Amino acid sequence: MSMTEEMSERKKEFKTTVGGTSVKRVYTPADLAGLKQEDIGLPGEYPFTRHIMPTGYRGRLWTMRQYAGFGTVGETNERYKYLYKQGQTGFSVAFHLPTQEGYDSDHPLAAGEVGKCGVAIDSLQDMEELWKGIPLAKVSTSMTINATAAIILAMYMAAAEKQGADKGKLNGTVQNDILKEYIARNTYIFGPTPSMRLVTDICSYCVQYMPRWNSISISGYHMREAGATAAQEAGFTLANGIAYVQAMIDKGMEVDSFAPQFSFFFAAYTNLLEEVAKFRALRRMWARIMKERFGAKNPRSMMLRFHVQTDGFTLTEQQPLNNIVRVTLQALAAVLGGCQSLHTNSFYVAVALPTEKAVQVALRTQQIIAHESGVADTVDPVGGSYYLEWLTNQIETEATRYINEVYQRGGVLKAIETGYIQREIASSAYNYQRAVDAHELVVVGVNEFKSGDKYATETLEIGAETEKKQIARLKRLKRGRDNHQVNQVLSRVRDVAGSDENIMPVLVEAVKTYATVGEISDVLRDVFGEYREPNIL
Amino acid sequence: MRTPTATELVTSMLAGEKKSLAELISLIENDSRYLPEIMEKLRPHLGKAYCIGVTGPPGAGKSTLVDKLTKMARGNGLSVGIIAVDPSSPISGGAVLGDRIRMQQHYLDEGVFIRSMASRGSSGGLSRAVAPTVQILDAFGEDIIIVETIGVGQTELGIREVAHVVVLVLVPGYGDSIQLMKAGLLEVADIIVVNKADQGDAERLANELRTTLLPSTRGLERTIVTTQAINNIGIEELYRQIDKRRERLIK
Amino acid sequence: MRNKKIRVLIAKPGLDGHDRGAKVVAQGLRDAGMEVIYLGLRLTPEQIAEAVIQEDVDVVGIDCLSGAHMALFPKTVELIRQKGGQDILVVGGGIIPKKDIPKLKEAGIAQIFGPGTPLDEIAKFIKTTLEKRGNDKKD
Repeated sequence: MSMTEEMSERKKEFKTTVGGTSVKRVYTPADLAGLKQEDIGLPGEYPFTRHIMPTGYRGRLWTMRQYAGFGTVGETNERYKYLYKQGQTGFSVAFHLPTQEGYDSDHPLAAGEVGKCGVAIDSLQDMEELWKGIPLAKVSTSMTINATAAIILAMYMAAAEKQGADKGKLNGTVQNDILKEYIARNTYIFGPTPSMRLVTDICSYCVQYMPRWNSISISGYHMREAGATAAQEAGFTLANGIAYVQAMIDKGMEVDSFAPQFSFFFAAYTNLLEEVAKFRALRRMWARIMKERFGAKNPRSMMLRFHVQTDGFTLTEQQPLNNIVRVTLQALAAVLGGCQSLHTNSFYVAVALPTEKAVQVALRTQQIIAHESGVADTVDPVGGSYYLEWLTNQIETEATRYINEVYQRGGVLKAIETGYIQREIASSAYNYQRAVDAHELVVVGVNEFKSGDKYATETLEIGAETEKKQIARLKRLKRGRDNHQVNQVLSRVRDVAGSDENIMPVLVEAVKTYATVGEISDVLRDVFGEYREPNIL
Repeated sequence: MRTPTATELVTSMLAGEKKSLAELISLIENDSRYLPEIMEKLRPHLGKAYCIGVTGPPGAGKSTLVDKLTKMARGNGLSVGIIAVDPSSPISGGAVLGDRIRMQQHYLDEGVFIRSMASRGSSGGLSRAVAPTVQILDAFGEDIIIVETIGVGQTELGIREVAHVVVLVLVPGYGDSIQLMKAGLLEVADIIVVNKADQGDAERLANELRTTLLPSTRGLERTIVTTQAINNIGIEELYRQIDKRRERLIK
Repeated sequence: MRNKKIRVLIAKPGLDGHDRGAKVVAQGLRDAGMEVIYLGLRLTPEQIAEAVIQEDVDVVGIDCLSGAHMALFPKTVELIRQKGGQDILVVGGGIIPKKDIPKLKEAGIAQIFGPGTPLDEIAKFIKTTLEKRGNDKKD
């Protein structure tokens, strides 16, 4: 080979992702000049770049927590039991859209949606049956619920207490991150001000009554899914985190009293090392923010504890078996990045809900990484790589820039109202699609290496009978309960909503009368009003 | 199905057909050849509507204000036609028109008609079709017509010709006093709204405007109102001021 | 003076909140020279149909990723037709199982564009179809 041939490269520029970082041919110690040893540090030591705990996964593996939920509570209960038998170590509840958006299954807007994206939960009766045969005192449960988080958390507590559990000992998480709903996920109900009140009510309630419960899961996953780059995902999530911490402080709480119960949720993309760098940068940034900006003293307030889901957007409809490979790379990134909890997608999640077989492969992916790959046997195994440490710094710099942009615009709420964050994400998404259309970005099986293969997948379908069944169940519930009691408590919900009182206690009372998600949400709609997105394009 | 003629569309529109109203607007937007003929037919039916121009920089909250004003007008039994204008891309000639998003509560209201329009390269912030569309909506029978458009700086003065009253929407922190002096829109605005009043020193901006600008426009007193549109604060006062100018005009 | 632009309305019926695709397509069609009325999300078929008529669009794009498309898409088309919009081109997108596509086409959805469809393909389909239909109403 000639000298020129030896030195030629496949592309003019190599980037981590569309809109991502430009990557050099090779990294050397010179690229880390200026980086201090204490910036990297040791696992379990501030700023926790390498891991929040000194023993990492040698102490305890990450929680294998598969997001699941579909149809009625009976079907989902069965799936939860199956997953547990297959070795998952934590539950993660997917609620159907009506529950997330404050509608009962018989609401006109719920038509066609019942049981499709998650399990149908209309009342405490559904919540009780969801956990039939599963001792809530002994498990850890994460619930992806935001606008109606207070109602659902109240139901979970009531269901647990009915089982004889002590709510003070319950383990789990409630997502409760309304800011990212306005930015990317769109299951909001009310406007930002009353919604922040609900968020902080839940957080302060957990401080007092549920100390083992993660009161919030500040999420970047959905912004990434909506098109954000890695740096945007990191920056905007921490910007939201800052807003929540400030909101709690404004409520009069000491930062060390609530911050240890804050957790996070990120995506894992296929560019393996960028993701690892992102997670490490996030840990370092959050630790510094908590210590320097908020004056936290308790190390647990500074630890970024996070759940990861392998990124759904990256999975393709074409050649679905390829997705198993993608999920593997993404899961590996999450583990090398030191996550506390992980969900791996099933390989045809791009098309439909997964069957038991598909979900099993996803779970086995985690188990093989944990027990056969060796990466869990030492902490932060890729730390010290010239490229990785350089990239960690790089992402920290870029993400910090986004945080500053948000706060220069007056903070997250203003940035959302003027559409700054949404526009950044929509632009990134557009640039991504243009890059794929132009073949600048290769997506195997989609714009290159295509084949006409018709891989027949066995998919799980939710039929119209689910909707009919659930509506009938709801009717029976409303006939059988004490409706006078329900109306009385709803009027008290209205009073508390209009006051400064913490809303949780009255909601617990309300759910115990079997008032429904829709009924309670309607009262809150009356008091708080409904949100409409701004025009951002 | 044969395409209706301009005359047929006008007749059908005057009879209250919303679809014909919509098609008529498209006709004059796309082809100015029919304009004289159509305007002639509309002439006997004009003069009832009160046209409000709502303008201002992006992000000031115009769409939310239009939404709230429409609600108030409807509460008073008045029908409303809204024309929401957004700039066309100078590169592709296309546009994304999203002002409707904030007006969702009116979508199924029989008494509200909303039309999104791209500026199609016209300077002045308005499409050439806006003025004739105002007349069409007037002939259709709308009591109130609201034209929402982006206005920044000196060039977007066309709104004054189209509207009986021009409402300029600003937010605290918009420019500094010297910049304000230079902006032609400020001279043209009959009512100035300082919106998002909770987000900055609204009073300071309002006072600065009061001291900088001439006290009257078109022979009537210029008013300055502070609002928080999204929280329904100040809307009643704004509506009252808009209404007041209408009475004065009639006199 | 003749200045016809293709007017497209993009809306998300139902409760699905994933608007990445809708926003990307809106930007893509804008860059292809079309005027896109972006209606946002959480809309009923009735609201979409009424807006379609008032805006006198040539094309409607609806998408849904929550699996509720069979309940929402045909109804939207039906309401548009009832209001006199039989000539309007309706296209759809989202997570649509292949087996549902024939039913949707029967209900009046001209084409389904799945995730990752190149933007140029969508723009071309619209332009070609409208030309073929001779959708020059104002002659």
